Amino acid sequence: MATTEHLLTSVEMARFVAHGYHRMDAVVPAAINERAVPAFEAGRLPDVSFGTPLRRAFAEGSISRAILAIPAVAGALRSLVGPDPTVDHHHVHVREPHEGRAQPLHGDAVIDTRVDAFDVQLMYYPQEVTAAMGGTLSVPGSHLRRTNESDTGRYQNLRGQTRLTCPAGTVVLLHHGIWHGGRRNDSDIRRYMYKIRFNPTVPQVRTWDVADLDDPAVARELSVYHPWCEHATARLEIYNRITMWRALTGDASFDIDYWATRVANRPGRVA
Amino acid sequence: MKQQVLVLYLNTSALDAEVLGWANYDGTGRTSPATGDGDEPPYETGVDALKDGWRLFQASQLMPPYPGHEYETSFLKHEFWFEKLE
Repeated sequence: MATTEHLLTSVEMARFVAHGYHRMDAVVPAAINERAVPAFEAGRLPDVSFGTPLRRAFAEGSISRAILAIPAVAGALRSLVGPDPTVDHHHVHVREPHEGRAQPLHGDAVIDTRVDAFDVQLMYYPQEVTAAMGGTLSVPGSHLRRTNESDTGRYQNLRGQTRLTCPAGTVVLLHHGIWHGGRRNDSDIRRYMYKIRFNPTVPQVRTWDVADLDDPAVARELSVYHPWCEHATARLEIYNRITMWRALTGDASFDIDYWATRVANRPGRVA
Repeated sequence: MKQQVLVLYLNTSALDAEVLGWANYDGTGRTSPATGDGDEPPYETGVDALKDGWRLFQASQLMPPYPGHEYETSFLKHEFWFEKLE
């Protein structure tokens, strides 16, 4: 189901590195969405063992396979995680009507210190998600912060946060580290979100369409300041994005405004 | 006596800096704050909360970065705790 078409551009990849997600509104056709809701209502999905190659993880004709065969989804996933990923796990998350509570802000799994590899989480919304339905809360640019799971639960609201509302068939691909949580569902409608986590099996180096690698918009995307981030720490965020971009491109000399170069300049010193 | 708690996360270590994040806990039970329940901060700065009657009772210390980890980012740094009692 991999494709070499519909790859992300370098500018789009840089936006992912700075924001921690790539969003595709209404990318899944209505026919699949209409199958998905009753399937999710019916109960659990077939088990997929940790580390199952994607090409063997989901049955022909399954909703999972249908979503991943959509060219825009397949191209974005390949751009981010590379060819032939494995499936870590998948799960349908449900927010019950008027359930009265929200998830604490958290990162999935455990603290993850990798700087030259990352997992991708696909979130698929088969229904239209309105504000009252408690769409997923996420914090753009939080994915490089080193925090463990729900230790961030004290943060109820942050400037610039995303309280997802979206049309049916929306898919969001996220860096594994992004802070997020299911918001309180104050509506009468059961809300579904289907998640698949993917692990890379190859170095994530130039896995996208690099034709625009030298576009000045790449540096502009990587330099964004998020409204929730302290001014001083935002500079460190840019430094860390430079580190990530160097790993993704294999270009150890990449820099923005000399941030990484000046603090590594030690003439005549080797250790 | 019941306590209402307001937590503000500010742009710098100064109490008059801009609010970047916030949380409420209401010991009176009149409100039920939740994660992701609003996009607009209750105050523009920490001092604005003081002007509205909130009493500051704790502020983050200024901690030097741990050696070897100076470029890592983690929790928000400038956390201020306020209360109202009734």
